[in-house]
Formats: sequence, structure tokens, C-alpha cells
Amino acid sequence: MTSAAREARLWYWQRMSAMVLALCVLVHIATIVYAVRGGLTAAEILSRTRGSIAFGAFYVIFLLACAVHVPIGLAAILEEWFSLPRRAARVVSGVFAAIMLGFGLAALEGVVFA
Amino acid sequence: MGAVMKVKVWRGREDGGFQSYEVPREESQTVLDVVTYIQRRLDPTLAYRYACRVGMCGSCAMTVNGVARWTCRTHVSRVVKGDTLEVAPLSNMPVIKDLAVDMAEFFDKWARAKGRFAGAETRRDEFARVEPKSPARREADAGIECIGCGVCYASCDVVTWRPDFLGPAALNRAWTLVNDARDVERRERLAAVAGDAGCHACHTQGSCTERCPKQLEPTRAISGLKRLVAKAARRGEL
Repeated sequence: MTSAAREARLWYWQRMSAMVLALCVLVHIATIVYAVRGGLTAAEILSRTRGSIAFGAFYVIFLLACAVHVPIGLAAILEEWFSLPRRAARVVSGVFAAIMLGFGLAALEGVVFA
Repeated sequence: MGAVMKVKVWRGREDGGFQSYEVPREESQTVLDVVTYIQRRLDPTLAYRYACRVGMCGSCAMTVNGVARWTCRTHVSRVVKGDTLEVAPLSNMPVIKDLAVDMAEFFDKWARAKGRFAGAETRRDEFARVEPKSPARREADAGIECIGCGVCYASCDVVTWRPDFLGPAALNRAWTLVNDARDVERRERLAAVAGDAGCHACHTQGSCTERCPKQLEPTRAISGLKRLVAKAARRGEL
């Protein structure tokens, strides 16, 4: 694949994931606003999330969209602001995204399936 | 008016510094008038560029109080802060001397973006018929009035961060050509403007569009290129 074709694909995936994220963030914030009415406790949260397939599925999608979106933008920031060579920037941002995805899935496992 | 203002002007090359001059205020005075006053009355060694004085040629662009502008179309009253004015060369281009910058790289990038029309017809062919109201022609018309002054290029942070970025003016030019029904190098041009030295490096910050003295919208042109390049990539044309 040429470098131009790769950049075009990365741009496409960043844009697609941004659309998913826009929707997810709205749902996420609306849920928070709804859930915190009249205070919030850990027990209350867990009672809603434990065993909820819908909750789990939504956040898996949210997480995957983040894992696609974040490394593409982060690589550009590392290149432009910290003068990292392209390859290094891609590797660092890829590792960051993998860690983020790992932590996210672990957290989800904790509140949904544990 | 009778008042005097303090004008700080960049002297030397990149490692130069600001020098202060006192210039009398006049009514309807432009920044170019101020620079010309300094060169003719106070310091004949001051180097700067201008030609038409009426916003047609695009050669007098400078950084005025931190913002890239055409000095001939900028009234002092609109930009003066208190009684001081700061005039510097355009950013993102090497300084030759004082207020004159080397624009060679800026125009080389137009060539790299395939900013040259490539037709297939000769003078013996019929005139091409282009519908003025067609969406493609409207897009081309919207960007065609660029006169290459370099204000957008000097205002672009991405050019500062990525010196090989083609920049708003060259990409705007490419956009007008990919929308030209007579041009036959669309595919090569899209390949030339794709990638991280091309349209994909743009962060859509919009400084180019904000500062273009002709109210063109390079940001819109670049977004259009991104869309067309994505389509070309899907068809395997890059």
C-alpha cells in the first residue's frame, strides 16, 4: 500500500470512529445525568450494571471506537509537538491504545460480569 | 492628526531584531504607507516588497501586530495598539532581509500539489462547455481567486509543525483543478495531495480561512480533498 493510501485509510477510520464516539459520548453523558439524580452509590451503580448485556455491549463498542480513534490522533500529536519520527509515533500511540483498551475491558469486566 | 506613533520593524534575517521608528499618523494611513515612510524618510536600507498598492498583486503581505495581513489594505487605525505598531516578515518562510521573505518553497509546493492545469485538447478542438451552475464548477469558482500572497500559509500552525506540509494555498489550488471538468490529471493530483504532507495533515483549525484577505476557504477545499482522496483510496486509485 502506498503511503498516500495508508493515510487516506487512517483518515477514514478516524472519521468513522469519531461518528461512533459522538453518539456514544451523548448516550454516556445522558446516562450520567440521569443516573446521578438524588446522589449515587457504588451499590446502586453495580445493581444496574451487573449482568446487563446492553450496558456491556454499549461500552465495548465505545471502547473499540476509542481504541481506533485515539492512536491515529495521538501519533499526529507526537509527530508534530514532540518531533517523534513517524514509526516511533505509531508504535508509542499503538501501545498506548492497547493499554487503554486493556484497562477499559478490565473495568468493564469488573462492573458488568464480576 | 499630528500624533506620532512608535513603529517596531523587524531588521535583519532570522537572527535579527526589532528596531523602533517614529512615524507621524495620517488620516486613512495604511501599514504599507508607514513602511514606505520609514524606507523613504528615515532609513533607506529597509527592505520590503510591494507592487500594486491596491490589493491585487499579493506581494505586500507582512505580519502586523502578530497577524499576517496585506499591508496595503490594512488601515493603521484598525490594527494599532495604543500608539504602537509592530511589523515583521511573514511566518513559515525564510527571511531574506527585513520584511522580505523567500517564497520559493511556498510556490514549489504548488508544483508538488500538481497545481498546474493539464488539458487534453488543443487549439484546434472546440471550446469545452462547462455549466457554470454545476456543483463542481461552483466549487472551483469559490477558490479560483487566490493571488498567492502567502497569508494563509504564514498563518497555518501545521506548516510550522510539519515543514513539508503543502499548505492551504497549494491545496486550495489543487481543489480548484480537481473540480475543473477539462483537467485530465485528477488521479495523479489526488495522489499528490494525499498523505501526511498533504490534505490529511490539516487539523481543520481554520486560520487560513479566517485570515484569507480574499475570503476564500482553503479549509473547505482541504476537507473536499480529504473526501475525494478517501473515495479514490477505496477504488484503489492511490
